[in-house]
Amino acid sequence: MMKNENLVHYIYGIADNALILGQRLSELCGHGPSLETDIALTNMALDLLGQTRSYYQYAAQLLGDGKTEDDIAYLRIERQYKNVLLVEQPNKHFGYVITRQFFYDVFHLLLLQELQNSKDETLSAIAKKGIKEVSYHQRFSSDWMKRLGDGTEESRKKTQEAINDLWKFTDELFHMTEDDKQVFEAEIGVDVTTLKQLYNQRVKEVLEEATLTIPEIKWFQKGGKQGIHSEHMGYLLSDLQYMQRTYPNMKW
Amino acid sequence: MTIELENHIDPMLFPILEKVHDPEIPVLSIMDMGVVRFAQMINSVAQIKITPTYSGCPAMDVIGEDIVEAFAKENIEAKVSLVLSPAWTTDWITPRGRESLEEYGIAAPLEENADKEALLNNKRIVKCTNCGSVNTKLVSQFGSTACKALFKCEDCLEPFDYFKCLK
Repeated sequence: MMKNENLVHYIYGIADNALILGQRLSELCGHGPSLETDIALTNMALDLLGQTRSYYQYAAQLLGDGKTEDDIAYLRIERQYKNVLLVEQPNKHFGYVITRQFFYDVFHLLLLQELQNSKDETLSAIAKKGIKEVSYHQRFSSDWMKRLGDGTEESRKKTQEAINDLWKFTDELFHMTEDDKQVFEAEIGVDVTTLKQLYNQRVKEVLEEATLTIPEIKWFQKGGKQGIHSEHMGYLLSDLQYMQRTYPNMKW
Repeated sequence: MTIELENHIDPMLFPILEKVHDPEIPVLSIMDMGVVRFAQMINSVAQIKITPTYSGCPAMDVIGEDIVEAFAKENIEAKVSLVLSPAWTTDWITPRGRESLEEYGIAAPLEENADKEALLNNKRIVKCTNCGSVNTKLVSQFGSTACKALFKCEDCLEPFDYFKCLK
């Protein structure tokens, strides 16, 4: 039987991905390689943070212990964040940012397309709203994968390196935690294992057009969903939580 | 118990809501934007429900405050809440809203397929708000806000915003 706690954790799983990726993209504000890409990436960050707020507000309501969206976003410790390792990877260069984004966008859209059929009305509504935004993100990142891959020798090399580096984080997207299983059985959550095939196919289509390749690896990195993060996460959180911890009770 | 009719907007509250504008696009009232989903007096309190254009739209908090203020001026207490479903679409922008957008210098959204052609295939169909030419070029898929893209007219050379179709 699904417990309230399972659902809250399930929501964290989805929302934390949006929060952390949104934070990574926000770091680029004023640092994008061109004005247009700078604005695009920060607009996407805003979409993701907006979605995060909707999820956290709902989680806070489910918790019903007086905690708010701010407590959830800012006052948990590293182990309590359930985001996948992919989204916390640093902004090494533009090709890296785009590759990370592309790998997440393809998954994100597939997830929301399933989540919109959830029995839970709030999650369904957030998903429906999110689909419109994430389709746009996916178009943007797919377009840039093609431009970078099929661009100059340098852009191709850097993007292929980013793929080789980041691909090992993609398998985790399709792992089911105990919470995920409970919430799926209650017909509220999504069985992400079923999305993998379509995911690989979509990624492959774009990469082929971009003249890029998926590395053949058998070992994939995991842990984020269990709260075991890479070394980058602590630094990211110290930045993210600084304001709330320094000036307690600030609001978004 | 009061039964809430979905999408029901009390005509008496219309004139007050009309006075509230989108802080990012000041020519557009929130009624013209189609973000007000429900407005009724319930136990002497104006209950207003608004829906965000985009999830992260920072204008929503300001719009909420502006609504409360507009009602306060009429000595009416207002409570604003956010609804996510059904999700907002550019189809809800009124014809007058579209006109105001164009006058303000923001090209109004095209229908879905044309929008994709313009944004993805660089088809020249978005009309310049300055000179009316369709010899226009996409500069950036994202503009100054999430809801807009940036275009440039190749006849009069003016840059302008295009309000993206959202379905």
